Amino acid sequence: MPDEHRTAATRPASNEAATLAVYVWRGDAGGGAEQRFDVPKQDSQTVLDVVTWIQQQADASLTYRFACRVGMCGSCAMMVNDEPRWTCRTHVERVASDGELHIAPLRNLPVIKDLVTDMDPFFDKWVKAEAVHHPSAGRADGFAAVTPDDPQRIEASAGIECINCAICYAACDTVAGNPDYLGPAALQRAWTLYNDSRDGGGDAILDAVSQSGGCHSCHSMGSCSHYCPNDLDPMGAIAGLKLATTKRFFGRGKGGGRS
Amino acid sequence: MTELRLYMAQRLTALIMAPLVIGHIAVMIYAVQGGLSAGEILGRTRGSLFWALFYGSFVAAVSIHATIGIRTILSEWAGLRGTLLNGVCIGLCAVLLVMGGRAVMAVTFA
Ligand code: SF4
Ligand code: SF4
Ligand code: FES
Repeated sequence: MPDEHRTAATRPASNEAATLAVYVWRGDAGGGAEQRFDVPKQDSQTVLDVVTWIQQQADASLTYRFACRVGMCGSCAMMVNDEPRWTCRTHVERVASDGELHIAPLRNLPVIKDLVTDMDPFFDKWVKAEAVHHPSAGRADGFAAVTPDDPQRIEASAGIECINCAICYAACDTVAGNPDYLGPAALQRAWTLYNDSRDGGGDAILDAVSQSGGCHSCHSMGSCSHYCPNDLDPMGAIAGLKLATTKRFFGRGKGGGRS
Repeated sequence: MTELRLYMAQRLTALIMAPLVIGHIAVMIYAVQGGLSAGEILGRTRGSLFWALFYGSFVAAVSIHATIGIRTILSEWAGLRGTLLNGVCIGLCAVLLVMGGRAVMAVTFA
């Protein structure tokens, strides 16, 4: 019988230690501190469930962000026990240490209030990386034929499931040390578009990712790929950009900079 | 585009250094096993254009390669930016070149 259908009397003994000690960062751009809440434990409880319980039952002024609750929208990312996570798909029992949770706003982004960060720097860098569509045909043209098993299409497809959650951006120490660094998500999208046969901006993309803070600043340590909740590989995409820019630098790129 | 040039320069100098490091270590092992004294080694390196070029290019490659690496550390860990960062790095590169150059001169000039 699924757990949620059991009566309290038949619940397993593990549920008896019935509360979690949850430390939530409260504050704003000017600073803040952790505040403790004791939250009842539930089966299959997610970190987002915990935050929601606090906001609904303990302190209505707690500010946080979420939308889909199923890992689609990318809006619920927070630091959980010092690691960036999508809170709607992170089970408390997997991440709590000694029955404690520390929940804080995403790293590497300015705080607006409590658990809400200002995502503008993150998205501004997508534009700076030319991670925007560069049309190569108009509406009068026919449909572009996209062959799924074309090697370049496979490269492009590898990154399209990005949900813009900024978990990789929060995990990246190069972002922490270099405010100009475009970051893993923006660079990965640039690589996706570079490999999309319908995108006409190959050279513009390589120029953009070669600027100060571009792909060459990446140290290939792989925190981005380690923490990406969708198992994407921004580090691999950045390696692709490094290779493409190197080929072009030595005059071996062809056809709109693509090789 | 500076970032790109520095990146390429660091990779190119690594390519130059790789065979030089292997050559350097191989010669050291050979010289030690052969029981050569310092005097005998200097006798072979002094006045040798080959060894002057070998270690001269080594010093040049190391100075450029190391400076670019330290430039990144100074910028990410010490927050240096712009003119200050470039000035410190040019100074560091010059120190490495002068110190390495003096060592090369000492063992290769007759
Ligand atoms: S591999 Fe590059 S982008 Fe990814 S976390 Fe490391 S430095 Fe950042
Ligand atoms: S690459 Fe992964 S971690 Fe980064 S924003 Fe996209 S989905 Fe999130
Ligand atoms: S709420 Fe949408 S991904 Fe978590």
